[in-house]
Amino acid sequence: MNPLLQVDNLVACYGLLQAVRRVSLSVAEGEVLALVGANGAGKSTLLRTIAGVHPVTDGTIHFDGTNITRVPSHHRVAAGLALVPEGRKLFPEMTVEENLLVAARRARPGPWTVDTVLTAFPMLRPLLGKPAAVLSGGEQQTAAIARALMTNPRVLLLDEVSLGLAPVAVKSVYESLHKLIRDGATLVIVEQDLQRALSVADRVVCMLEGRVVLQSVTQAVTREQVTEAFFGLSRVSTSSAKTEPSLGQQT
Amino acid sequence: MNWINAIVQGVFLGGLYALFACGLSLIFGVMRIINLAHGDLAVAGAFGVWVVATRAHLSPFIALLPVLPVMLLLGFTLHRTVLARSLRSGPLTPLLTTFGLAIVIQNALLQVFSPDVHSLGSLTGSVSTGSWRLTSQLSVPYLGVLILAVAIIVLGTLQFTLQHTAFGREMRATAQDPETAGLVGVPASLVYARATAIAVATAALAGTFLAIHSTFDPSSGPTQLIFAFEAVVIGGLGSIWGTLFGGIVLGIAQTIGATVDPQYSILAGHLVFLVVLASPRGRFMAARSATP
Repeated sequence: MNPLLQVDNLVACYGLLQAVRRVSLSVAEGEVLALVGANGAGKSTLLRTIAGVHPVTDGTIHFDGTNITRVPSHHRVAAGLALVPEGRKLFPEMTVEENLLVAARRARPGPWTVDTVLTAFPMLRPLLGKPAAVLSGGEQQTAAIARALMTNPRVLLLDEVSLGLAPVAVKSVYESLHKLIRDGATLVIVEQDLQRALSVADRVVCMLEGRVVLQSVTQAVTREQVTEAFFGLSRVSTSSAKTEPSLGQQT
Repeated sequence: MNWINAIVQGVFLGGLYALFACGLSLIFGVMRIINLAHGDLAVAGAFGVWVVATRAHLSPFIALLPVLPVMLLLGFTLHRTVLARSLRSGPLTPLLTTFGLAIVIQNALLQVFSPDVHSLGSLTGSVSTGSWRLTSQLSVPYLGVLILAVAIIVLGTLQFTLQHTAFGREMRATAQDPETAGLVGVPASLVYARATAIAVATAALAGTFLAIHSTFDPSSGPTQLIFAFEAVVIGGLGSIWGTLFGGIVLGIAQTIGATVDPQYSILAGHLVFLVVLASPRGRFMAARSATP
């Protein structure tokens, strides 16, 4: 089966700095992929480039077999690719309901409507009339996920799901995510919290300094191996001895 | 009584300024562009109505009907061809672009229509000259009431559209965060082009009422731009009803200034504008627009 999302040799830059260096990865329908790595590893830039809000320097992005490398972000949403951006980015002066409705206007046909979203995230119901700016971090994150779902995405990209949230809010956001995963959603999750990431993901990709340094099925990798790749501890040994089994396809 | 009359006339004049200002406010609110060609686009619209009215022997109010869709289209095209490009290269470029556009429009109008002063007032008959006499010193002009009513209808419709329709929600979302609007499927460039179209059409409407109310020539634009800008700042950037309030405050300031001495009319308006700018609210606005 062809992967739903296919990224090949992607390069993305901030000025002269290459934040994403020749990254290739693919996501199959129904798969949950965790993208982990330290601050500045290029995870967010990679997601933003896939979503079309950061320019591609080189490489290609295919979605459902179509080359979308040069397609503007709103067309990618229409094709079924949605990003929950880092920092939630709700429209602050609009109410929660308006935030949901603005995403619904040009949505793909699909199961998600205001009603179904509220059934899935009941905590949003009493907040509908409130301006997004007054919500707590956890409420904002849930609203941002709900807003992205309103576009009826086939792949949902989630950037920094738990960053800046209280532990209890993280728990509730992940409960919502578990619900989505049980229903067969295709997710790419960027997460600093390794434990959380490994608990939901089918596959884990670890980035370091713009490159993929580890790519593996979650069951086949230990937390220690991911931690090593995370901090680049095994870089010396990998360059000298390519036999290290825990490091998947290095790009 | 003289003062009451000044205030009443000021309110009507304020309606005209608010009509000028709402397009300027809309473009600034949605795209953070100060459209320096706004006044000249208004005058171009007035010339359009003048041409249709005199060639086809129509009332200017009827002549407005074909001109407004043309101005909508012109605004849309203007964004697609000129403003969208300049927006991509930082905040200063659109300012320079619209400044250049203002000069181009003024000179084009000068070339086609000569520097002669025109008025549409003579074509509208009693609407532009008649009034209801309430007392010996207080009269309410038909035209003033009409302009104020049109201003309230236009601003009210704009406010309702922005707050309560899907079209308006997209516009507000794009104004607050264009990148995130794209991430929920809103094509920001289309929203921008629509906002420009609406702004140019309201400018043409305001220009036509100016032409009926007094006179106009190819160089009338910049003065109207300054009044519109003052109304926007007095009323608070990006607020629709604030724009109406700002226009009325400016209108009253000018008519009261004129009552003291005719030469103080414009000056009084500028002084109120400067007082607002120097007030804590003005400093707040300056600070807010300095931080992106």
